[in-house]
Amino acid sequence: MTSTAGVDTRILKAPHPVPGAPDNWKRFFSFNTDAKVIGIQYIVTALFFLLVGGLLAMIMRGELITPEADLVDRTVYNALYTMHGTIMLFLFIFPVLNGLNNLLIPCMIGAPDMAFPKLNAAAFWMVPVFGVILMASFLVPGGPASSGWWSYPPVSLQNPLGHLINGEALWILAVALSGISSIMGAVNFVTTILRMRAPGMTLGRMPIFCWTALSAQTIQLIGLPALTGGAVMLLFDLAVGTSFYRPEGGGDPVLYQHFFWFYSHPAVYVIILPVFGVFSELFPVYARKPLFGYPFVAGASLVIVGLSLIVWVHHMFPSGVPQWMRDVFMVTTMLIAVPTGIKVFAWLATLWGGKLRLNTAMLFALGGLFNFVFAGVTGIMLATVPVDIHVNNTYFVVGHFHYVIYGAATMGVYAAIYHWFPKFTGHMYYEGLGKLHFLLTFVGTNLNFFPMHPLGLMGMPRRVSSYDPEFAFWNVIASLGAFLLGVSIIPFLLNLVSSWVRGPKSPANPWKAIGLEWLLPSPPPAENFEDHVPTVISAPYGYGTGRPLVEHQDEIERALLKT
Amino acid sequence: MTSTPQRFPWPRLIGLALWLVLLTLFSLWMGAQVPRWLPVSASSAAPLVDGLFGFETAVATFVFVGVVSVMVWVVLFNRAEKYDISDAEPIEGNTALEITWTVIPLVLVMGIAFYTIQVNREIGLIGPMDHSHAPASASSAAGASMPGGEVQVIARQWSWEFRYPVAGVSSTELHMPIDRRLGLQLESEDVIHGFYVPAFRLKQQVIPGRSITLFITPTRAGRYRLRDSEYSGTWFAANQADVVVESEEAYQDWLRRASRLPLQPGLSEASREYAQQLSGDRPSGYATIAPAPPPLVNVPGSNTLPHDG
Repeated sequence: MTSTAGVDTRILKAPHPVPGAPDNWKRFFSFNTDAKVIGIQYIVTALFFLLVGGLLAMIMRGELITPEADLVDRTVYNALYTMHGTIMLFLFIFPVLNGLNNLLIPCMIGAPDMAFPKLNAAAFWMVPVFGVILMASFLVPGGPASSGWWSYPPVSLQNPLGHLINGEALWILAVALSGISSIMGAVNFVTTILRMRAPGMTLGRMPIFCWTALSAQTIQLIGLPALTGGAVMLLFDLAVGTSFYRPEGGGDPVLYQHFFWFYSHPAVYVIILPVFGVFSELFPVYARKPLFGYPFVAGASLVIVGLSLIVWVHHMFPSGVPQWMRDVFMVTTMLIAVPTGIKVFAWLATLWGGKLRLNTAMLFALGGLFNFVFAGVTGIMLATVPVDIHVNNTYFVVGHFHYVIYGAATMGVYAAIYHWFPKFTGHMYYEGLGKLHFLLTFVGTNLNFFPMHPLGLMGMPRRVSSYDPEFAFWNVIASLGAFLLGVSIIPFLLNLVSSWVRGPKSPANPWKAIGLEWLLPSPPPAENFEDHVPTVISAPYGYGTGRPLVEHQDEIERALLKT
Repeated sequence: MTSTPQRFPWPRLIGLALWLVLLTLFSLWMGAQVPRWLPVSASSAAPLVDGLFGFETAVATFVFVGVVSVMVWVVLFNRAEKYDISDAEPIEGNTALEITWTVIPLVLVMGIAFYTIQVNREIGLIGPMDHSHAPASASSAAGASMPGGEVQVIARQWSWEFRYPVAGVSSTELHMPIDRRLGLQLESEDVIHGFYVPAFRLKQQVIPGRSITLFITPTRAGRYRLRDSEYSGTWFAANQADVVVESEEAYQDWLRRASRLPLQPGLSEASREYAQQLSGDRPSGYATIAPAPPPLVNVPGSNTLPHDG
């Protein structure tokens, strides 16, 4: 070990568990400020709620397998679809992405932890708190909220029993807490990325995942206050009788739609941007080529942020907005296709002529890209006003949305979990189970969500608890796909648990990937590089170029091999 | 490595050109399939919407299949050999390509947007969606408060009522004359509903506190479904009505006969199910708003007859 000049041998020889971060299960149930612990807390919590939201979805698909409202009462169906959407967005996809942010950002930029570790832990612990509040709404008289995850007034203000504590009030409380938690997280991620990068890691050398996280979290900071303010006014209308949105008191229900979509459309980019980041990280690793056009891919994220904030009215084309507004917001929505296209073409060019390795992570990334492109072309259709007027609020939109959120985003999250699983658990996953998970997920996703497009074109409205018999055929197929998706979770969870408990030990860099996180042991010690952060000397993704990423890279790698 | 001039890759170029021709033909064929996926086209707006959608389907097919063929190609032919751990050729970017795939999509989507604005304008000529912000009140059924609307459409939780003030007729089935522009004045008594007739390709939120006039020119006789398209509470899914498009003579005849009929409760699937729940014949779930009583109308009509779309 004579040649490890400038490298802290303590890290390289760090035994596991690392002192100060005992490798026991208790730390995951405590107010731990280690970003890697918080990341796993986020991901495990999110996966639990994925099961809850998925179960609700399967009951819904059970109801929809026949035209009549027969499996559950209509009120129950309405509560189920409301809670399904709310849980999947606020308790699954946002937390799971924050989990990835926590695991990846500090390691990728060479920071020891997040900028504000206590704020970080507080932001996480709000998730189970509002999760419990939301689940408790199943138990209050009158049942949970049942006006959809948009919660449009006046229907969301109708309170049949007249109680002060009702499902809708708890729903608003939970969503507001979720917003506060996300803002706390966003402050942390943005600060960490801007202030705590390793020496030499200029913004132009930062991994794309960090670029997309920075972009997404900026949207959170700009957009969430609008939703939170709108939600507070809704709570006032519901609980204390104000008339912000009540027409009989001079309020305007359409005003809420503006508040809601000003945040909730950009929210889709909060979800998909980090997944773009995951694609940009994984394709170079498994194609053994540099990311094609790094500056364009990084810049496209910022363009998407700007455009995402000026498209929200495309959710409101039939809401009584004037024609000029429809035209303007159609054009802005169309423009988003351009930076998104730049990314898709960059990934294709990265894959082109590569040496592809199709392990589970790569399969999920490719499957996610496939689904994303399909969602993209239906998105362009939805942007054009006359077509949107026909399919707005039909299953066409539900299909498009689920191709984005499940087909692309959730599959991208699976790809990320498999890719970085060895890094953060220290164990390899089982490829066989992983590939089975991929096959079931890919087939299930397309069986479940493709049929929604013909249904929407035929005119089947979303959120219906019963439907005309002509819609039965495609609904049966969608339901079968949904049940298959339910089954697909089994090999996934089996793989995670068994690999973590007894999977083969992982080396520091099992995929021969380039990036600071792969210069750390698996799992990384509590403070990552501690005081000996390597100096970055070149742009990321230098596959095949032979140029080192950091100073003294050879010594660091040799030392890692010995541990 | 060496400076030997590479032979021009004719076979590759010809293969690519052939594939592009095939892809174009397939995309055009997909665009032509659109009418089979949509309900019958029964308004003057419908052919315009369908034409736009067909064009978009062709473009979308070209883009989607084009991207997927690249993915399939690399997965088939660019796989690493089993024990090959080497890297591929490090190509880090190409500014000309970046400009190409920025400009082409930009031109394409702006082209679609321009085409769409034309369609918007054309649909607007046929039936501009005026948004009068006059406060609505359900009692003002008199013709005086009908700016251009011949039929008053009243949405409730959960029934549709159609009033023809000039003829003094009310119904829970919407009758419209063919090939004539008809103004529908949309009003809601409680929450936001959505007026949506898939065969007409038109949809408009019905917003409490506003009176919105929607102009429709039906072009095909038949019986169509009107669906509530904006989630409106417990019986949202059951809030459907039928639209009957008929000749002007039949329409006038229907109005005449209807005006002589006595008032009776109109159709309300919600009220029927709610009554069953109250009598214990149907299980109930969480608490719900009670449905508004079925409106008293001259003609209940039907919402169970077979419909054309």
